[in-house]
Amino acid sequence: MAVDYLYYLRADKLPHMWCPGCGVGVVVKSMIGAIDQLGWEKNDTAVVSGIGCTSRAPGYMDMNTLHTTHGRALTFATGVKMAAPDKHVIVISGDGDATAIGGNHFIHACRRNIDMTLIIVNNNIYGMTGGQFSPTTPYGAKAATTPHGNIDPSFDLAQLAIGAGATYVARGSVDNARMVQKYIRDGLAHHGFSVIEVLSNCHTQYGRRNKMSDPITMVDWIASQVVPRNKAEKMSPEELQGKIITGELHRNAERPEYTDEYRKLIERVQAKQAARAGARP
Amino acid sequence: MSSGHSDKSEIVFWQGNEVVAEAAIAAGCRFYAGYPITPSSEIAAVMAERLPEVGGTFIQMEDEIAAMGAIIGASLAGKKTFTATSGPGFSLKMENIGYACMAEVPCVVVNVMRGGPSTGLPTALAQADVMQARWGTHGDHPTIALAPAYHREIYLCTIKCFNYAEKYRIPTMLLLDEVLGHLSEGIQVPDPSEYEIFDRVKPSVPPEKYFPYDSSFGDVPPMATYFEGYRFHVTGLNHNRTGFPTTDPEICQQEEMRMIRKVMKDAEQLAEYEEYRMEDAEVAVFSFGSTARGARVAVDEARKQGIKVGLLRAITLWPFPDRKIYELARQVKAFVVPEVNLGQIILEVERASHRDMPIVGVNRVGGVPIPPGEIFNKIKEVARDGR
Repeated sequence: MAVDYLYYLRADKLPHMWCPGCGVGVVVKSMIGAIDQLGWEKNDTAVVSGIGCTSRAPGYMDMNTLHTTHGRALTFATGVKMAAPDKHVIVISGDGDATAIGGNHFIHACRRNIDMTLIIVNNNIYGMTGGQFSPTTPYGAKAATTPHGNIDPSFDLAQLAIGAGATYVARGSVDNARMVQKYIRDGLAHHGFSVIEVLSNCHTQYGRRNKMSDPITMVDWIASQVVPRNKAEKMSPEELQGKIITGELHRNAERPEYTDEYRKLIERVQAKQAARAGARP
Repeated sequence: MSSGHSDKSEIVFWQGNEVVAEAAIAAGCRFYAGYPITPSSEIAAVMAERLPEVGGTFIQMEDEIAAMGAIIGASLAGKKTFTATSGPGFSLKMENIGYACMAEVPCVVVNVMRGGPSTGLPTALAQADVMQARWGTHGDHPTIALAPAYHREIYLCTIKCFNYAEKYRIPTMLLLDEVLGHLSEGIQVPDPSEYEIFDRVKPSVPPEKYFPYDSSFGDVPPMATYFEGYRFHVTGLNHNRTGFPTTDPEICQQEEMRMIRKVMKDAEQLAEYEEYRMEDAEVAVFSFGSTARGARVAVDEARKQGIKVGLLRAITLWPFPDRKIYELARQVKAFVVPEVNLGQIILEVERASHRDMPIVGVNRVGGVPIPPGEIFNKIKEVARDGR
């Protein structure tokens, strides 16, 4: 059945503030599709973000929405989730927001394995502030603050998430919206901390400086780099040079989830208390 | 750690930091997020032990900024929340303290003041964050900061901080100092009949008629809780009554003025103080926190020598007791202002006095309390020379 997207959106807030052709639209649409597939109630779902273009997404979603400070979305979200463990919490963030200024919160949310989903729209640039390089800007690329080419090595966000302990990690790209929705759905359904990195286009700030100033050229460039995991497994290291592997990259259903652990801790403490009270004459 | 869970009638022997933790639970706090830092860490340790007993949540976050973010998030989900910190941690909290001001989210921040700037004197006394408590986060914003001096008062002020946070929808501050935080003192835990508990006002209108910053209900709009059907938006950007961003200069000005007004219109009630031997005083000592304990001793000694001196002890630092200072400036001929910093709150005494008169500080920053003798000497000097 067709998804009624407007049911999940605050229609009166449209049109949105993103540039025409921005990849974030694919991600928001996929997110709504995934929520709809899972049958999550709008009242039971919180969408949290930090600062940046991507972080404007919650404002358009008709849910419990929280637009926080730069990089801190996961900290607020952790508070929301711990206070209401039976509710759904989704964080949507850009590459700079989630992994530069928010890098510490990112690795620790992964480590805790708290049942939330982080969607990172990775467009390799700080868009809103005018195109400065981010932790995922490719080597050699031009940005507002790398006029002579970028010399900073970049993060592999999915590998960072896996290393830090996230229990569901997938990477998709906006040229393949169907798979983005599948990964988001699987991440939301996963009981633990899930990270979905979505390679996206900022033709306005990144593309313009790197000979890809229209969205189609830039999405084609993304599509030319990605290789699905099953295909990559059959490729040699030489063939994989400069390629980015997409797909479900990690899943671990064994590690305990954090709010479950805290609930058990409360039960243990209260049982001890009750036993102590019972032992008193 | 906690000798607590007390039978309310008995005398307990608690550190100031333990008093804060126990009072927070009595105030209805069920969520604490923190990060280890001296000299406030005992608060986190007691909360970690006590919160699960009452079904609440303790979480140690990855840093101070995260702890501040977590208590704002949990407050939006309906909990009474707080965090405690000191010195460098207080600096790190400032970003999200401003967020809580702007988004009008109730929460409490405890700062057990230590020597600074920077890492400073982690295990030693200072009272040098009083201006930071008022102005530390960027932009204009309201502040309520209480600075109790005695353990029983710490208990009651902690509860008041939660009440004011809920009543005004702001982050409130409780300022202790290292001496109060670590000093153990016998107190009789106040009985619940001795204090009020205030819970935030929730909307009375259905979700479709609800706006999170609807001032038609007053300067403090009712606050919905996440997941209860209201589906509202919260942002740190300037916003209109609907909670969505705006850059309209008129609306931005109106909303910021409402945020300040909601606190400042009650400034006189909020600005609590204690007067000690002030009836016929010609010299007023103005002090707060642990320094006020020594100041009281100095006042008693000076009185023995026939000097007409009294103590005005601020319990609330922000809003500042402007009117009281103004009135006193017309009764006394001089103020003596001891504080463990190089002269911060004295600036407020000067401002509020609206009078050219001797206002002299007694200041130390080496990490030790100001000896009562130093305050006594200054009282004597001022009483004799008027400066």
